[in-house]
Amino acid sequence: MIYMADVSIVLVSIAILVILTYFKRWKWLWSEWLTTVDHKKIGILYILAALAMLFRGGVDALLMRTQLAAPNLHFLDPQHYNEIFTTHGTIMILFMAMPFLIGLINVAMPLQIGARDVAFPYLNAISFWLFAVGAMLFNLSFVIGGSPDAGWTSYTPLAEKSLDPGVGENFYLIGLQLAGIGTLASGVNFAVTILKMRAPGMKLMRMPMFTWSTLITSIIIVFAFPVLTVALAMLTIDRVFGGHFFTATAGGEPMMWVNLFWIWGHPEVYIVILPAFGIFSDVISTFSGKKLFGYGAMVYSMLAISVLSFVVWVHHFFTMGNGGTINSVFGISTMAISIPTGVKIFNWLFTMYRAKIRFTVANLWSLAFIPNFVIGGVTGVMLAVAAADYQYHNSYFLVAHFHNVLIAGTVFACFAGLTYWYPKMFGHILNERLGKWTFWVFVIGFNVCFIPQYFLGFMGMTRRVYTYPAGLGWMPLNLISTIGGFLMGIGFIILVYNIYYSARYGERDTTGDPWNGRTLEWATTSPAAEYNFANVPEVEDIDAFHDMKQKNKVKEWLNKPIKDIHMPNNSGRPIIMAALFFVAGFALVFGWIWLAIAGLVGVFITMLLRSFEIDNGHHIHKEDIERTEREAGRIS
Amino acid sequence: MKRIKTSFKFIALSVVFLLLLTGCDVPVLQPQGPVAEQQYHLILWSLVLMFIVLAAVFILFGVIVFKYRANRKRTDNYDPDHEGSRKLEFLWTIIPIIIVILLAVPMTITTVRLDKNPSPEKKPYVVYVTSAQWKWIFNYPEEGVESVNVLHIPSNRPIRFVMTSEGAMNSFWIPSLGGQKYTMNNMSTTLYLEASHPGKYLGKAANFNGKDFAHMTFNVMAQHQDAFNQWVKKVKANSPALTMSGYNKLLKPGLVDVTSYSSYPKELNTRMETMMSMDKGGGMDMSGMDMSGMKGDASHE
Repeated sequence: MIYMADVSIVLVSIAILVILTYFKRWKWLWSEWLTTVDHKKIGILYILAALAMLFRGGVDALLMRTQLAAPNLHFLDPQHYNEIFTTHGTIMILFMAMPFLIGLINVAMPLQIGARDVAFPYLNAISFWLFAVGAMLFNLSFVIGGSPDAGWTSYTPLAEKSLDPGVGENFYLIGLQLAGIGTLASGVNFAVTILKMRAPGMKLMRMPMFTWSTLITSIIIVFAFPVLTVALAMLTIDRVFGGHFFTATAGGEPMMWVNLFWIWGHPEVYIVILPAFGIFSDVISTFSGKKLFGYGAMVYSMLAISVLSFVVWVHHFFTMGNGGTINSVFGISTMAISIPTGVKIFNWLFTMYRAKIRFTVANLWSLAFIPNFVIGGVTGVMLAVAAADYQYHNSYFLVAHFHNVLIAGTVFACFAGLTYWYPKMFGHILNERLGKWTFWVFVIGFNVCFIPQYFLGFMGMTRRVYTYPAGLGWMPLNLISTIGGFLMGIGFIILVYNIYYSARYGERDTTGDPWNGRTLEWATTSPAAEYNFANVPEVEDIDAFHDMKQKNKVKEWLNKPIKDIHMPNNSGRPIIMAALFFVAGFALVFGWIWLAIAGLVGVFITMLLRSFEIDNGHHIHKEDIERTEREAGRIS
Repeated sequence: MKRIKTSFKFIALSVVFLLLLTGCDVPVLQPQGPVAEQQYHLILWSLVLMFIVLAAVFILFGVIVFKYRANRKRTDNYDPDHEGSRKLEFLWTIIPIIIVILLAVPMTITTVRLDKNPSPEKKPYVVYVTSAQWKWIFNYPEEGVESVNVLHIPSNRPIRFVMTSEGAMNSFWIPSLGGQKYTMNNMSTTLYLEASHPGKYLGKAANFNGKDFAHMTFNVMAQHQDAFNQWVKKVKANSPALTMSGYNKLLKPGLVDVTSYSSYPKELNTRMETMMSMDKGGGMDMSGMDMSGMKGDASHE
């Protein structure tokens, strides 16, 4: 029962291998997917991995909710419960939310700015494969050696070797390290792409809001992730090489970990919420058939949030004894975030003013986001009241709050973005009727699950307890919460069925513009060709494609003379390099230093080979492009 | 405006009472001492403000989404190029700012005040708190006795908890009496709480510290000073003394029963006092500490 999640992952992997061998698709897999540097395919790989991780993290959540459904249950023992809440948190934030959003960014952002790919396609592949091996290493912990069990925050000294001697925490450290390096590279990649590769005429203040959110997120990544990298490295030195950065007894400073973790951790929260804001902005504007209300304010509010995100980290530990003055300062800086966020909420609302709101599934997720996220927002402001936080800290009130922002914000955005860009990825639309079932079951389940937890917090239920005694009156609300959790699980199953159903019977998108879109990704075919655009569009306004349609310029643009297009070559080296990183990481987890060094030497050799490689890419010939465009019915 | 405010306060309070009516024990909303009460007032005030925000957004959301649905009868008010309004945006920038100020001022006052003795006219009683894997150890330096997994305090008198941790950090929380504070290895933190009247309250560990974390709870017995003194006398007469080796055995990870000791090694007091003075010198807890009562609580506010 406990290993259900692992067993299913193993079974699914074996099934995939068998199917691939049976259909003789190995070569196809290698040349089309594993070695690809195409941003759209890498995006799809990210999203597939994220959905698998959502399943794994979701099973973790349901196991926990089952254990807590009634007092004194013995469904899970404490050690298993501790491992499961640790992996649930880590997976959902780092291996689900982040890759899902990075996947959507990969799919949509280059198209939105009229680029042919990201700035560094090869690096993009490395980013993905580093994330993939990081996730794999982390998940492997359940099968070999034991899972991390000190919470996703991995607070020292509990996570130090003296108090947690197994290898579980090492899996956490190395898995996150590898994925984190990949993310850092993605941040650099996206920022450069947006700054350098926009189509002619697309000034910064004409970019789609999702692209804006990606740019700001990338900058946050570049500033925040090095902190994580360093902190993880220090704790790895402590655990594997006997260092004393964070040990309690040998002169280390355990609370420094807590600070470093949240100096990264709080910006991280905005790394997963700002792209969500971008998705909602684009989706709401599209399905309202209107320009986004207050474009400038939307941009400046995101910039304000990104700056503030770096100066609030202490609110994660008001209770450390920082003193009233310090706590008040950080309480106020935290509350200040609600100002730009409030501006955004009202701007979204007024985007729908005098609009024609279409209730498609993508838009339903975006609409549901507003009230649900506001609940999470106001409870966040309540938590920012330092003196009151002493009573909420580490209670279920907090648990309810951050699920209310992360699910209503990030997860709703992932579903909205998936539904919205699905035709652009696969050429067919996700079934709307099944999508609405997922939507209602999930959203109702979500509220049934988390609203009761606020009250459990007031009742004094602390987070991370594997059970609770009878007689405190906690059972009814816990049971309700568990029911809600399972409803969300059912919603997810319907989504997965929808993916299968739509692949077989879904409506094909032959126009490339199924939603009457406003931004440039809808100006190309669905799915977009390898080269994205036969001719790079010229941008004259915000909502560039809508503008082209208004001015009747689409036909003229499509019929421009086509030239050869220069594209990057696929490469097998990123996946090999990541595999070597995996070997080194796995060795380091168990303290096999020589194997770790060998792995890293291998990594270095792949880098060296890349440095001496002459790779000028290839050209897609004019005739081939013309044929593709003609087949899509775009030129005659 | 006043009426609106009262009605929102009413909503907030009715949510609270709804919870209480179900017969559940909701310690955070049923304060039993001045610290919890100040926090309760902050919570209520923030609830009121937040209900105003929620109501505004929900109503606006409902009206707009309903009124401007695509399949409405008349769509002649559809305005695709409507793109913003400085006036409106100014409005919803300034309103959150006002709300933040309305919340930040009482927050700052209470947060700063809670660092100090909540009843300055009374001399605080000192208890040394140590969290270990998975038990709470309470030393009463004025009496020289120790209790494990149960906390006895005199009621109607502020208690100054000086806290530390053996091994993993934790958080000391008695929801009925007030909010929590971390206990950390090699460091000391100070927390003031007070029980207004005698009673039995639940105390808990609020920061995860490993396997049996869920069972790391304790009862708080608040008694009149006389009854408290009786308890001390009884412990001194009937309970065994705790040796250093016994103490080290106590620290080993595991669960232990409720126990008490008639005395404990003086070393433990010295250790706590050294940490307190170190934190005074350059530790992170400086502003949070009550410097005046540092040495054996000679003076008090």
